[in-house]
Amino acid sequence: MEEKLLYDHLKLNATLHRLAYELVENHGNFANTAIVGLQPRGIMPARIIRQMVEEIIGSKIKYGELDITFYRDDFRTAEKQLVANPIHIPFSTEGLKIILIDDVLFTGRSIRSAMDALLDFGRPAKVELCVLIDRKFNRENPIAPDYVGKSIDTRGHAQKVKVDWEENNYKVWLINA
Amino acid sequence: MTQLSVKHLLGIKDLTEHDIKLIFETADNFKTIINRPIKKVPSLRDITVANLFFENSTRTRVSFELAQKRLSADIVNFSSSSSSVSKGETLIDTVKNILSMKVDMVVMRHPSPGASIFLSKHIDATIINAGDGTHEHPTQALLDAYSIKESLGEVAGKKVVIVGDILHSRVALSNIYCLQKLGAEIMVCGPSTLIPKYIEQLGVKVEHNLRKALEWCDVANMLRIQMERQDIKYFPSLREYSMQYGLTLPMLESIGKDITIMHPGPINRGVEITSEVADSDYSIILNQVENGVAIRMACMFLLASNQNS
Repeated sequence: MEEKLLYDHLKLNATLHRLAYELVENHGNFANTAIVGLQPRGIMPARIIRQMVEEIIGSKIKYGELDITFYRDDFRTAEKQLVANPIHIPFSTEGLKIILIDDVLFTGRSIRSAMDALLDFGRPAKVELCVLIDRKFNRENPIAPDYVGKSIDTRGHAQKVKVDWEENNYKVWLINA
Repeated sequence: MTQLSVKHLLGIKDLTEHDIKLIFETADNFKTIINRPIKKVPSLRDITVANLFFENSTRTRVSFELAQKRLSADIVNFSSSSSSVSKGETLIDTVKNILSMKVDMVVMRHPSPGASIFLSKHIDATIINAGDGTHEHPTQALLDAYSIKESLGEVAGKKVVIVGDILHSRVALSNIYCLQKLGAEIMVCGPSTLIPKYIEQLGVKVEHNLRKALEWCDVANMLRIQMERQDIKYFPSLREYSMQYGLTLPMLESIGKDITIMHPGPINRGVEITSEVADSDYSIILNQVENGVAIRMACMFLLASNQNS
């Protein structure tokens, strides 16, 4: 297994800041907007971006974490048992603008499931997608992100992208299986 | 390892501690889901479940059916009283006929001990035992242990007494296996005619005095007298049983400690437990029923995702 470092902490941290500013640019004081992180790996960037946004606008924003295990389309065909994570959406999504945050966008299947799952909490006015890493040309669903941290070319299922969230030492790795 | 070690849920005896904890963790998530406005997830939308009830049931049946609906499974219900079983069809024939209509999972309650084990050896579908005679009732034991964990924070180290008709109770046997695997201490209490011989070999204490048992325990699980399984007299009269083993509020209060009272249902009010106790703050009986749905959702979800491996 061959690992290659794509982005180190300095660059990744700058990217996260840029995403936070982009969100504020479009959503102002977040009065009618909520951030929702996708379990399990999307919650780290979501928590960080939430904190940055709150620092920029100087007030608390609506924040939730969504698990899509029970909504996945590969539930019975996955090689490994899918394990569920806690869902924590402490507000109704009815009429809100929702920004979904995930770490890596690959086939788009998780996002499709997430949109299904989100509907069970109300009908959002708008759903946007913010991803840290966009693996271009690998989509299996017609899904495109609204905010992209980094865009990279990868070779389908033969490669993996891994993000490390060690405190003050964020890293993105490209792994050849 | 994040997978169940079993393909069917036939009894608690076959489960590992890890399996039980995995079921509990999954049930936590389902409990949040069944408490929100939209209580349904699409996980089992491609699965058809047959509920085969060869014996009467209210709670278990409704609970399983709700769990299946919450998971978006398709359901067929069957009860022996209104079926061809009364015309003399055998168990295997009945089930094979139902399975040839492409059913993936079977939830079965049957009056004969071991019926679900027998079935699992002859057919392909995943079997969930919803009670087989006096043998096991795994989902009840899981929801009981889950309710204890929820109300006391931990199962390990807790002292649980099971009171009543231990001899005819599948709930008792499954509870003993389940709670022991999670590290609890178990005592059974009842008249000597209703305590099975050699039950000490399962590592449980035996007590014939209800007061002493209550003084010892943190949790008391009160069982019903199973008249339908008793073909001889095991005690002189229900009234006498009730005087010796019926739990009353004055008795509970005179012990002076916080004992959690459970009952798997159906309750015979005034026999094994008075209404005052059943409806008091000591009782977690209705929590047990609520948790039943979450536990059954977790079991079916985990077993269904285990089908292809």
